[in-house]
Amino acid sequence: MSEETILLEVRHLRKDYGNGAVLKDVSLKLEKGEVLVLIGPSGCGKSTFLRCINGLEPIQSGEILLDGLSITDGTAKWSEVRQKIGMVFQSYELFPHMTVLDNILLGPMKVQKRNRKEAEADACQLLERVGLLDKKDVYPRQLSGGQKQRVAIVRALIMKPEIMLFDEVTAALDPEMVREVLDVMMELAAGGSTMMIVTHEMQFARAAADRVIFLDGGEIVETGTPDAFFDKPKTDRAQRFLNTFTFEKK
Amino acid sequence: MQDLGIRVLFMGNNFIRLLGGLWITLKISLLAVALSVVLGTLLGVVMTIKHPVIKAITKFYLEFIRIMPQLVLLFLVYFGLTKSFGINLSGQVSAVIVFTLWGTAEMGDLVRGALISIPAHQYESGAALGLTKGQIFLYIVIPQTLRRLIPLAINLTTRMIKTTSLIVMIGVVEVLKVAQQIIEANRYTVPDAALWIYGTIFFLYFLACWPISLLASWLEKRWKN
Ligand SMILES: Nc1ncnc2c1ncn2[C@@H]1O[C@H](COP(=O)(O)OP(=O)(O)OP(=O)(O)O)[C@@H](O)[C@H]1O
Ligand SMILES: [Mg+2]
Repeated sequence: MSEETILLEVRHLRKDYGNGAVLKDVSLKLEKGEVLVLIGPSGCGKSTFLRCINGLEPIQSGEILLDGLSITDGTAKWSEVRQKIGMVFQSYELFPHMTVLDNILLGPMKVQKRNRKEAEADACQLLERVGLLDKKDVYPRQLSGGQKQRVAIVRALIMKPEIMLFDEVTAALDPEMVREVLDVMMELAAGGSTMMIVTHEMQFARAAADRVIFLDGGEIVETGTPDAFFDKPKTDRAQRFLNTFTFEKK
Repeated sequence: MQDLGIRVLFMGNNFIRLLGGLWITLKISLLAVALSVVLGTLLGVVMTIKHPVIKAITKFYLEFIRIMPQLVLLFLVYFGLTKSFGINLSGQVSAVIVFTLWGTAEMGDLVRGALISIPAHQYESGAALGLTKGQIFLYIVIPQTLRRLIPLAINLTTRMIKTTSLIVMIGVVEVLKVAQQIIEANRYTVPDAALWIYGTIFFLYFLACWPISLLASWLEKRWKN
């Protein structure tokens, strides 16, 4: 890993919620174009970690650097930093009072001050890519969960972020809709996007990841290539976690 | 000629007097509604602040206004202020004050409810896009709040218009007062005048409130999501 290609670096991040540390001492580096999948048991701090990276949660100590510059030393403007970090949440939070197109255009027009025509052309191109161009004028309530989540991805992508964060974006979806969303993410990964993905879809994790990080109890317990991690986890905790996804006949 | 009570309506300028009474009612209501919307919005925003003292004060105000019958409040302001402090308020001013106190409390509660009903995720989605706090309010929170609020505020308006019928008790000439005068004047010649006059008033109130109610339910349906 050469230093010039490091896009995101987290150093000794610590995050407390009232009663104790949720993230104890997390450090990692993410290269440009790398797809990092974060897995771990419920409550281990995965969502919190992503939320810290784009400033939705204040951190207690440590440092986060984007493009080599600290974004946690108090000098960075979050509204600028967040343009470089796209985020998609588990509960598809589109703005219910706006059409699909207006949802997508809010960021480019109000944050980046782009003109509508040009941004709209971009939006349509992205919608086409996720197969939803015909839905551009409908309201979110008229979409299925999978469609909403694809729109949410487009809404983040149109800002041309340097890195995309995905927090269990398929966890609230019916099984038959999971695929259409994961396909979009696979395509992004193949297209060279830098991504950090939290997921419980192990098959997808294995296929999409360049590197897997296993988080437990607020710490990085294990990190490795997907094949190494899924076939021969080095730690007992990772092994036990992976066992929860397999079934044996009793 | 058969003695039809309806003719009292058209005797002299009775009908015009009734309409004039309704107009005063509407004027008081609309003034109070306008003031309540402004003050209630401020109160509603203040009520979302999580501070124990602010919470206690606003809660006390809200409960006090709700528990007190409007009639008692009217007497308190109209007669009470005059007696205790020598402040002389006209019936119309007292009515506006009381209905504004009441409307502000109710409106404040509606605004608070609409504001806290916007999920935290909406704010976060906006923040994640890089919107500033002000932009989040302007483009995401306020439009959604208004959609929830406007139908409820309109319903409150009709309630306020209806309740203004109480101000007859403090002698403000308004629709019910005019009605009583007409009925009194015709007690012997047209015994069933009361039926006709009150029936007409019912109809007038209905005419004033019904379109407003219709608008409220139309907006509610349109903005449901
Ligand atoms: N706002 C909060 N206040 C207090 N504690 C919180 C808050 N948010 C999360 N926590 C706690 O922090 C810990 C980590 O939560 P987090 O949501 O990051 O877990 P997670 O790994 O994303 O879990 P899941 O897989 O269920 O989404 C949990 O124990 C949770 O209860
Ligand atoms: Mg989570």
